[in-house]
Amino acid sequence: MKKEPMDRMDELEAQSIYIIREAFYHYKNLAILWSIGKDSTVLMWLVRKAFFGNVPFPALHIDTSYKFEKMYKFRDEYAKKWNIDLKVARNEKAIAEGMSNEKKFDCCNALKTEGLKMGIAKFGFEALILGIRRDEHGIRSKERTFSPRNEKFEWNYKDQPPELWNQYKNETEEKSHIRVHPLLHWTEVDIWYYIKREEIPITDLYFDQGDGKRFRSIGCEPCCGKIDSCASNIDDMIDELENTNTSERAGRAQDKEDATTMQKLRALGYM
Amino acid sequence: MAMKEEFKFVVVGHVDHGKSTLIGRLLFDTNSLPPDKMDEVRAASDSAGTPEFAFVMDHLEEERENLITIDTAQVWFKTDKRDYVIIDAPGHKQFLKNMITGSSQASAALLLIDAKEGIREQTQRHAYLLSLLGIKQLIVVINKMDLVDFKEDRFNELKTGITEKLNEYGLSALHVVPISAKEGDNLAKKTDTMPWFKGNTLLAYLDDLKAGESDVDGVTRFPVQDIYDHDNEKVIVGKLISGSLGAGQEVIFHPCGKSATIKEIVRFESPKTGAAVAGECIGIKLEDGIAIKAIKRGEVACDVDPSPMIGTRLVAPVFWMSGEPVEVGDTIEFKCATQQIECKVKKINDRINSSTLEMIESEAKELCDTEVAKLTLQATDYAVTDSFDLVQETGRFVLMRDGDTVAGGIFQ
Repeated sequence: MKKEPMDRMDELEAQSIYIIREAFYHYKNLAILWSIGKDSTVLMWLVRKAFFGNVPFPALHIDTSYKFEKMYKFRDEYAKKWNIDLKVARNEKAIAEGMSNEKKFDCCNALKTEGLKMGIAKFGFEALILGIRRDEHGIRSKERTFSPRNEKFEWNYKDQPPELWNQYKNETEEKSHIRVHPLLHWTEVDIWYYIKREEIPITDLYFDQGDGKRFRSIGCEPCCGKIDSCASNIDDMIDELENTNTSERAGRAQDKEDATTMQKLRALGYM
Repeated sequence: MAMKEEFKFVVVGHVDHGKSTLIGRLLFDTNSLPPDKMDEVRAASDSAGTPEFAFVMDHLEEERENLITIDTAQVWFKTDKRDYVIIDAPGHKQFLKNMITGSSQASAALLLIDAKEGIREQTQRHAYLLSLLGIKQLIVVINKMDLVDFKEDRFNELKTGITEKLNEYGLSALHVVPISAKEGDNLAKKTDTMPWFKGNTLLAYLDDLKAGESDVDGVTRFPVQDIYDHDNEKVIVGKLISGSLGAGQEVIFHPCGKSATIKEIVRFESPKTGAAVAGECIGIKLEDGIAIKAIKRGEVACDVDPSPMIGTRLVAPVFWMSGEPVEVGDTIEFKCATQQIECKVKKINDRINSSTLEMIESEAKELCDTEVAKLTLQATDYAVTDSFDLVQETGRFVLMRDGDTVAGGIFQ
């Protein structure tokens, strides 16, 4: 019997698929949070792998109205191609009132966190699958794979439940929800190796378009800064990332407002 | 470009013995600290008054304010040989469940001891817990050697002491290394402060540790995770935790006892076509003739011979992690691989205080937070288990109450 050994990429993929299948088994009212970025698109790909080509639960896109035009196009194209039940949630009131990024904490909170709350309230999801990773931010590195949120969306980071081996929290109280993080153990460069291996479609915003700059991390247009880079294809990208010391979210203005912004945002329900 | 191997280890030890500083220093000495993080650390530290490497790991506001680690986190660094993930675990008794959560993901452990303070309560507790978690690769690091003038005598005194203690728990350290995390002695490079130490640097020893490998040649264990309908056929999905599985292979599902032949290994858009090996998440289709209705989540497909352990009486040492104690007569959920079985607690024996490691009583009526005891459980259905040394995944388990993990243990 021919045996093909597992490499690091195989192991990462297997662990994520296991987590996704566990979430599906335990939580019937489930959704995947799709921000159209590289991580959540890899996550979507893993969901398709776990269910042999299907996405058996809805995808929720929290639309702040400030996303790049290319992202909206990508979203619509692939929602159709991959037969995704796409639900879009927007904090219409805040957007109509002209919420902007003058005060980044307030803007993220209103358009993303509140947007998410509205989405969950509207569709009644009891569990959400998200593509956050430990290495993105120190606060995210404290996360559990299956992480509960109370009915106010608060993250009780001071008293998280224990999580051992591959055994995860499998019940949620009424009105609260569970966040499932299948990519927690992946690093930024792991994501790109996987995109390359699987030939996963990704928006070209991540690559140098000829002006010597690219986006390393993508969110809302007003708060995303480009980095100096000539990486115009995946191999260059991987090369650059293997040799860099700068952190991925260095160009994301909202994390920088003050040292504890991310923690405060996350405690209130941010991703 | 090929991906390097990844190796995860946990750093444990008594609070304030310098874990966070050690980690900060490892990142610094291997040039793994991003420049913007260095700036961030300097900016945050200046307002507190002291530049601290410890800030690299302590990201929660409360942690920085009180200079204490609350929950486990992970950071990355790399050597020429491979990529490392350091799992930092809180030392304080209050956060024991977070220390256990972090340690459960590690392939090895660094047990840190402050050269001046010596072996303390957490030092012992953590070493003992590591043995209960099944962590076998251990390096003891004697830190803060600068505070004891880099004296060889003091190092030897501690080395002897910890070796004896570890022996009591059936553990032995692969190496005992003297360092000063603050000054950077013997971490990444040797300095002239400890010429009497003939061993290697900590980093060199780390590079030598073996990554945990899934046992491809071991016994076959495929716990059923779920069953999907695909192309009008039933596909059983799960993670192959040990051995290999290929078309034509005969297996027996336990505990139902049904035999079956594998018809097909199902993957989606995968370049792999051969037999599945340990670690892979796959789907399997079975030859017609098997009553698929008998197969449900929790069943484990195994080699025809030899069998795993199958029974309803489960006995193992367990560490309790909940503020609510457990009592003899209580009902609890036993979770092992994908099995979830309701059990009654029949006996609580050898109840131990995990700080002092003293036996509280040999026959107990209850077990409390941070205590360890040998539990005898009566399961309401057959459980399929293995000794931890044979198959890790079916050799370890957690106990749950109301959907939360309250205890864990391994079958030794």
